[in-house]
Amino acid sequence: MENKKIKVPEPIVNIIDLALYYGKMKALKGINLDVSRKKITSFIGPSGCGKSTLIRCLNRLNDLIESVTIEGSIRIDGKDIYDPAIDVTELRRRVGMVFQKPNPFPKTIYENVIYGPRIVGIGKKGVLDEICEKALKKAALWEEVKDRLHTNALDLSGGQQQRICIARAIAMEPEIILLDEPCSALDPIATAKIEDMLVELKRDYTVIIVTHNMQQAARISDFTGFFMLGELVEFNVTTEIFTNPREKQTEDYITGRFG
Amino acid sequence: MTREAYHKALKSLEDEVLLMGEMVTNAIRNSVEALQKRDINTSREIVKNDLLINKKRFDIEEKCISLIATQQPMAVDLRELTSILSIITDLERMGDHAEGIAKINILMGNEPLVKPLIDIPRMTEIGLSMLDKCLKAFINRDTETARRICNEDDQVDALHDQIYRELLVLMMENPRIIHMATYLTWVSHNLERIADRVTNIAERIVFMVTGKMEEINVSKY
Repeated sequence: MENKKIKVPEPIVNIIDLALYYGKMKALKGINLDVSRKKITSFIGPSGCGKSTLIRCLNRLNDLIESVTIEGSIRIDGKDIYDPAIDVTELRRRVGMVFQKPNPFPKTIYENVIYGPRIVGIGKKGVLDEICEKALKKAALWEEVKDRLHTNALDLSGGQQQRICIARAIAMEPEIILLDEPCSALDPIATAKIEDMLVELKRDYTVIIVTHNMQQAARISDFTGFFMLGELVEFNVTTEIFTNPREKQTEDYITGRFG
Repeated sequence: MTREAYHKALKSLEDEVLLMGEMVTNAIRNSVEALQKRDINTSREIVKNDLLINKKRFDIEEKCISLIATQQPMAVDLRELTSILSIITDLERMGDHAEGIAKINILMGNEPLVKPLIDIPRMTEIGLSMLDKCLKAFINRDTETARRICNEDDQVDALHDQIYRELLVLMMENPRIIHMATYLTWVSHNLERIADRVTNIAERIVFMVTGKMEEINVSKY
């Protein structure tokens, strides 16, 4: 696998010989790749290829599953995040996550966005207002909701709810934002809005996205990794993956000849 | 507007086509000026610089392919990208015609011209004016101008006829100048082809806007 690793500019995440087992089943088989800072990196591949499992390793969400064991290491800014001395709560603040289905809390838009900052002890209304506005602006939602911040977030459309979830992640000022199929429940226009927003977000954040929709990976990401059966088949600059992949398996998948 | 980054990429591709158009315009203009002045150094320069035009074409082509592969362009955007692929091929060939004129000047060396150049610069001006209007029509999605340009090609064809006849008469009068006169017919032929390629581009613009492939004016040659 090591020979498939490519050099990326300014790596923020180093994944080194990562293997993950669900019980005895090996779900990730020796993954080696670096993620570039303030770029969009996408992971594609057929269902069960390990792409979601991999991003869930990046903020240690897999810790919550008892049967999981992990070998190898993941470094963020040079520090091993599986080091016992790591504060997992702090790790999850630095590495935010957005899931497939929008999951806003049954609270107002405002309360959703400032949920994290409030939990970590920010109480001043002025500060929270500012965080809320800034996060909603970055999530490209401010103009649509600024006059109804105190209405229930569940009244919003699916696309807006997903952007609320992104704003909620941004409010914690993470360095890395993980997105696991963020558009799979959305229509094409809502998807285009989220994609535009992600391209904007990479000015400030490192974005890692898992997607079933390889056209989405093609459209927005700078780097793409193609996974199959727990292995990283190919990782490269996105245009290379989609115009001239090195591996036949990648070519077969992106041209629809897979299987 | 959604998909901002993608639309920006399309726009910057248009700018590159204009830039390539400018490179080709300069090559054509300079090649004929160098011929008039019998300036062999400039001609050599044009031959060398043709590589830059070729490179530009490959750069644009690569970007088009990347956009098609990664952005799933549809409808007018898809037509624009496939049209650009065709437009840059024509522009690149026009650059080759300019290079051809430069090479003829080099071949002619120090021998005097068989006649003063009058119609050749005129053909050049018409061809370049067609190209200039064509590039503007591309940016403005202006089918009316594009169609008009195709008809202007008739003037270039007529001048080519005239030059050919004139040179034929000179050759019959004095067979010793045949090789030099033949060189000039080649120059005229290059200019005639340049104008034809402009009409190809104009037809592409009409296709890009309307989605219909039409041959607007068939060149006499």
